[in-house]
Amino acid sequence: MGRAFIFGDGINTDVLAPGSLMKLPPEELAQHCLEAIDPQFAKEVRPGDFVFAGRNFGQGSSREQAVVSLKLLGVSAVLATSFARIFYRNAMNLGLPAVKFDAVAEIKKGNEIDIDLVTGSLANRDTGKTYAIKPLPSHLMEMVEAGGLIPYLDQRLNARAF
Amino acid sequence: MAKPATIAQKIIARAAGVSFVTTGEIVTAKVDLAFAHDSSGPRRWAPQLERLGVGLWDPAKVAIVTDHYVPATDADSAAILKIAREFAATHDVKSFFDMVGICHLVLPERGLIRPGAFVAGGDSHSPTGGAFGAYVAGYGATDMIGIVATGETWLAVPETIRIELEGDLPNGVVAKDLMLMLCRELGMDNAFRAFEFAGSTVAAMEMHERMVLSNMATELGGEVGIIAPDDVTFAFLRERDAPVEDEDAARALASDPDALCEAVHRFDATALSPQVAAPHSPENTRDVGEFADVRIDQAYIGACVGAKLSDLHMVAQVLKGRQVASGVRLLIAPASLETMNRAASDGTLETLTDAGALIMPTGCGACAGMGAGVLADGETCISSTNRNFQGRMGHSGANVYLGSPYTTAATAVAGRIADPRTILEQI
Repeated sequence: MGRAFIFGDGINTDVLAPGSLMKLPPEELAQHCLEAIDPQFAKEVRPGDFVFAGRNFGQGSSREQAVVSLKLLGVSAVLATSFARIFYRNAMNLGLPAVKFDAVAEIKKGNEIDIDLVTGSLANRDTGKTYAIKPLPSHLMEMVEAGGLIPYLDQRLNARAF
Repeated sequence: MAKPATIAQKIIARAAGVSFVTTGEIVTAKVDLAFAHDSSGPRRWAPQLERLGVGLWDPAKVAIVTDHYVPATDADSAAILKIAREFAATHDVKSFFDMVGICHLVLPERGLIRPGAFVAGGDSHSPTGGAFGAYVAGYGATDMIGIVATGETWLAVPETIRIELEGDLPNGVVAKDLMLMLCRELGMDNAFRAFEFAGSTVAAMEMHERMVLSNMATELGGEVGIIAPDDVTFAFLRERDAPVEDEDAARALASDPDALCEAVHRFDATALSPQVAAPHSPENTRDVGEFADVRIDQAYIGACVGAKLSDLHMVAQVLKGRQVASGVRLLIAPASLETMNRAASDGTLETLTDAGALIMPTGCGACAGMGAGVLADGETCISSTNRNFQGRMGHSGANVYLGSPYTTAATAVAGRIADPRTILEQI
């Protein structure tokens, strides 16, 4: 269970992880995540919370710090109408669920949300409404279940060696 | 009879070791070349490769280019560059290019982006190499670790969106204007699509201008931006002592006429005006004339998209015999050392400095906010770079407008956003 934070369309990697701050340690960089559009976000967000947004979430750079910052702040999933390609891949590779979700307009800031990725459902405790969410393709589910690409590779490369 | 296929499908099929791939199908492709830069590469790869207990799958197929933190401005960036140098030496990476330019330009200059190749790059503007008829997609650092450890990656075969550009561009209107217009017309939400650029406008372009189209396929959200190889491509590679062995085979990579595309968009290039993107997105694009009241503090010529030799020539054409407006700074970071050297020997650099421009080291510079030339709160900049997201080029309170090198130079002279055709008509 976590609370919803709501953002609009076209959230890009420069507002998720500003280039000029990229040399900061990841934990410090994360404190600036999304501050250009919501200066309170990093202070207010708590482990388990969710980020909801509109179209093309994560557009821009290949920098993974955009995903790492969200993870370090404890965001448990990003739900958006659509995702930019590299952000989507980065999220899967690092074990941050990026879930396509069309009814963002029905979620309000602070709503209490439950998500079950295995059965593919999202419940809004404040409205009592539930939504079906599409499960991940099997090859990605396998990787996310392993904990991301590196642990997945670890399994695969070890299996190859023995 | 082979099934009709797009150029993207043909390249993926070969890389996946099959005769045909269907769009939407998830395949594993073998990578012909993997590259990254100092920010995305070795400093992220080294600890994870060690953890996995593996080296590079094939050092001969890995290229590393330092371009983001060059030259080092503090101890942290110096340390990042040192890691890249030591990694290249330790892992026997022969294609290591240190402070000679931006990866997306340096690799084609060295003849390393080959028609028909499947290439993985550790930077979002990797699609630039698609101008050479290659499938070049961008990946994050962890994806790249998987690729340099195994030599392969998964992908869902993308639908192709074909952009047909027809007719001669008017004087003062260039590839950058076309791409800003496309960002407005098509939007930037086109993930997991292959863009393909074709038509008489593209056929008439030299390689540097074609690279602008492929580079900014990234802004459209595309996975790649491919242009079928032709005589212009082959001539560029011959000049780099990297001739294409079988030119007929390379020509046959072109999409079959009856190949299925998700969409085909045709545009008349003859009617286009110079375009400018307002803060904070490339899709906020309108005709240059709508911004005549915007005063600027800085004009910036830089990045993989906007500081190639052809771009510096455009800037010099506008600046020759003119001066940068009082109170305005014009910064120019040539995209590669080759660009810098050629611009020095053909007199271009002199024209730029005579006009009051400041020439900066080659590299990514201020484009991604990591190098010199970033902006303060409240400042306004016009830039030949590819994106103007909030906070990208320094302070989040700065405003960045995007224009072609022509428009950026004309604006530097006027001190406010200006239509370059006014100056070019006088030449």
